[in-house]
Amino acid sequence: MAHPAAATTQYNYDIIKKFAVMALVWGLLGMSAGTYIAAELAFPFLNFDIAEITFGRLRPVHTTLVIFGFGGSALFATSYYVVQRTSQARLASDMMANLTFWGWQLSVLVGVIGYMNGISEGKEYAEFPWYVDLLITVTWVLYFLVFVLTLRRRSQPHIYVANWFYLAFILATAILHIFRNLSVPVGLFNTTSYSLYSGVQDAMVQWWYGHNAVGFFLTAAFLGMMYYFVPKQAGRPIYSYRLSIIHFWALAFMYMWVGGHHLHWTALPDWTSSLAAAFSILLLLPSWGGMINGIMTLSGAWEKLRTDPIMLFLITSLSFYGMSTFEGPMMSLKSVNALSHYTDWTIGHVHSGALGWVAMISFGSFYHLIPRLWETRLYSVRLVYVHFWLATIGIVLYIASMWVSGIGQGLMLRAFDDYGNLAYTFIESVVFMHWPLVVRMIGGMFFVSGVVVMAFNVLMTVRMAKIEQAALEAKIAAKLAKAGV
Amino acid sequence: MKLSHESIEINAGLMIVLTLIAISIGGLVEIVPLFYIKDTIEKVDGVRPYTPLEQRGRDIFIREGCYTCHSQMIRPFRDEDMRYGHYSLAAESKYDHPFQWGSKRTGPDLARVGRKYSNAWHTQHLNNPRDVVPESIMPNYPWLLRNELDYADVADRMRALKLTGVPYSESEEEYQANVEQFGKPIADQLDINTAEKNLLAQAQAEDWDGDRSRLTEMDALVAYLQVLGTMVDFSKYDEGYFAEFR
Repeated sequence: MAHPAAATTQYNYDIIKKFAVMALVWGLLGMSAGTYIAAELAFPFLNFDIAEITFGRLRPVHTTLVIFGFGGSALFATSYYVVQRTSQARLASDMMANLTFWGWQLSVLVGVIGYMNGISEGKEYAEFPWYVDLLITVTWVLYFLVFVLTLRRRSQPHIYVANWFYLAFILATAILHIFRNLSVPVGLFNTTSYSLYSGVQDAMVQWWYGHNAVGFFLTAAFLGMMYYFVPKQAGRPIYSYRLSIIHFWALAFMYMWVGGHHLHWTALPDWTSSLAAAFSILLLLPSWGGMINGIMTLSGAWEKLRTDPIMLFLITSLSFYGMSTFEGPMMSLKSVNALSHYTDWTIGHVHSGALGWVAMISFGSFYHLIPRLWETRLYSVRLVYVHFWLATIGIVLYIASMWVSGIGQGLMLRAFDDYGNLAYTFIESVVFMHWPLVVRMIGGMFFVSGVVVMAFNVLMTVRMAKIEQAALEAKIAAKLAKAGV
Repeated sequence: MKLSHESIEINAGLMIVLTLIAISIGGLVEIVPLFYIKDTIEKVDGVRPYTPLEQRGRDIFIREGCYTCHSQMIRPFRDEDMRYGHYSLAAESKYDHPFQWGSKRTGPDLARVGRKYSNAWHTQHLNNPRDVVPESIMPNYPWLLRNELDYADVADRMRALKLTGVPYSESEEEYQANVEQFGKPIADQLDINTAEKNLLAQAQAEDWDGDRSRLTEMDALVAYLQVLGTMVDFSKYDEGYFAEFR
C-alpha cells in the first residue's frame, strides 16, 4: 500500500471527501424524512394541513434523498476511491469530477424542493421534472467519462472486479434514466411534462426502470463497493474469482427481465409478468453468488467479527442482502404476490434491502474510508458498535412490523364471512395497521439515531485529523526554526 | 485457453460493449412487443381522453402524490371485484400519461371510484377525511377549496399530450376524426381551440365543490375522480370476453 501522505497527493481525495460528506448529509435528511412520513401514517395530525409536508409530497422527498442523495453520493465517493486505488492512477479530470459533484447535488436539491412545492412527474423514483432529468443526463455522461478515462490510465492490465460492477451500474443507469424520462414538456418555462408512453406500456417501462434502479443502482453498484471494502477490511483476497465472473454476468443479464413482477395480475399481459417472475426466481442464484463470495471472503478470519465492528457492518449487510434477495423471488411468485402486492410487505421488503444491505454496506465502507481520506484514526470505535446495534434493532423492528401490517392487511382484505360477503371493510384494515405503523416509526427512529451517532463520530474524526495536522505542522516549523533555517 | 475471460478484463471497451448487450436484451424482449402486439390493449368502446377540466384534476392528483397511497388497478380477484368492481382493463388507461396504477394501497383503490360517492362527499372528504370516515389516516387537503384553479396553460398542456399521442384535435380534420371516433359532444370537448371555454362550461355544468361562483382546484380534482372507471359500460360485453386478451 502506498504511503498515506503520498496517497493524498497521488490521488484526488478532495472529491471523495465532498461526496462522502454529502452522502451523510442527505442520508440524515432523507432518513429523517422517512421517519416523519412513517409518523404521519401512524398519527395523521402530523400533516398539520401544510401542503408542503403532507405524506404524498414528502414521500418522493424521502425516496429521492435516500436513493439519489445518500446512495448516489456514496456511490460517487466510493467509485472514485476504488477506481483510483485499484488502477493506481489519479482521476482523469478534477474539473469534470467537480462538475459531477455540483450537477448531482443540484439535481437532488432542485428535485426535492420541487416535490414539496408540487412539482412532480408522478412516476415512482423518477419524479424529477424534465429539466432536472436533463441536468442528471449531463452529469451522468461526465461521470461515465471520468470513470472510463481513469480506468484507461490504470497501471496494470486487469480491471479489478469492483470496477466491473461500477461500470455496469453507470451504463445501466444511463439507459434506464433516458428511456424512463422521455417526455414532452408543456413549455420551455413550464415545470410539467407528460410521459411519452401511456397506460400499460408506461407501466412496463416504469417497473423496468423501477426494479433496475434496485438492480443496478442499489445492488450492482453496492456490490462494487462490497468487492473492494470487504477484502480490504478483512485483509484477505476475494473468496472466488470464478464465482465473481459468473455472478457478474448473470446479474447484469437477468436483472433487466424482472421488473414485470411488480405488475402481476394487472392489465399487463400475462406473458410479460410470467416471464418476469421466471427470471426473478433465477435471479436468486447470482444474488446469492455475490453474497457467498462476500461472506466467504472472511473464511479463516471469522474472529474479526468479534473484534472489528466495521466487519460486523459489512457481513451483516451481506446477510440482509441474502435475506432480501430470497424474499424478493418469493414475492415474485404470483400466488404470494396476490397477497403481498399493494401492502406494507413490499415496503418492508424494500427496507430490508435498503437499510439492511445498501445503508449497512455504505456505513461499513465509510468507516473504513473516512480515516484514510483524512489520514487519521476513527474518533471512537465504541461509537461504531453503538451505531451498529441501533441500526440493527431499527431494521428488525421495521421489517417485522411491516410483515405484520402487510400480511395482516392482505389476509383481511381477501377474507369472506360464512355468507360469502367481504369480512372486512377497507377502513378496518387501516385501523388494524395502526400499531404496526407505530412500531415501524420507532424502528425508523432507532435507525436515524444510529446515523446521528455516525455523523458525530465522523465529525470528531475530521476535527481530530485537523488538530493532528496543525500539531504536526507546528512541530516541523519549530524544528526548522531551531535549525536556524 | 484462447477464449478466456481475461481478454475482457484487460479491455475496457470490450467490457462496455458486452455489458451493454447483456443489459439490453431483457428490456427489448419485454417492452418492445407491448407496442406491437395488438391484443395488449383490449378492443372496447367508451374510453376517451380526459376533458380539459378532468385533465387539470389529474395534474393535481399527481401534484399531491395521491399515487403514493392509492392504486388505480383492480386485479381479477373475487374480493377486489366485490370491493371495487370489474377488474381494470389496459384500454382504460391508454390515454394516461403517465399511468397511475400505483403500487401501494394505504387507502383503497380508485380505479372505479367515479360516481360511487356524491360530489359533496368528495369535497368534504378531501377537505377533512375524518368528517366522513372517522378512522381515516389521509391528510386534509383544505387548500384545494382555497386555491383558484389555474387553467391559463390548459391548451398548452393538451398540445403536449397531443404530441405524446392523445387524440386532442387542433385542425378541422383532426376534429372530424374525433367526431367519427367519439361522437360530436365528446369531440367538442377534445378540441384544443376551445379548451378554456370547455373547461369553464364543465365547471359550471355541475356543482362540483359546493360553490359555483368560484373555480377551485377542488372542482377539477372532483371532476377527475368522478370520471375514473366510468367510461366502459361492462354490461355491453359478455362475461369472458375480456379474458381473451389476457
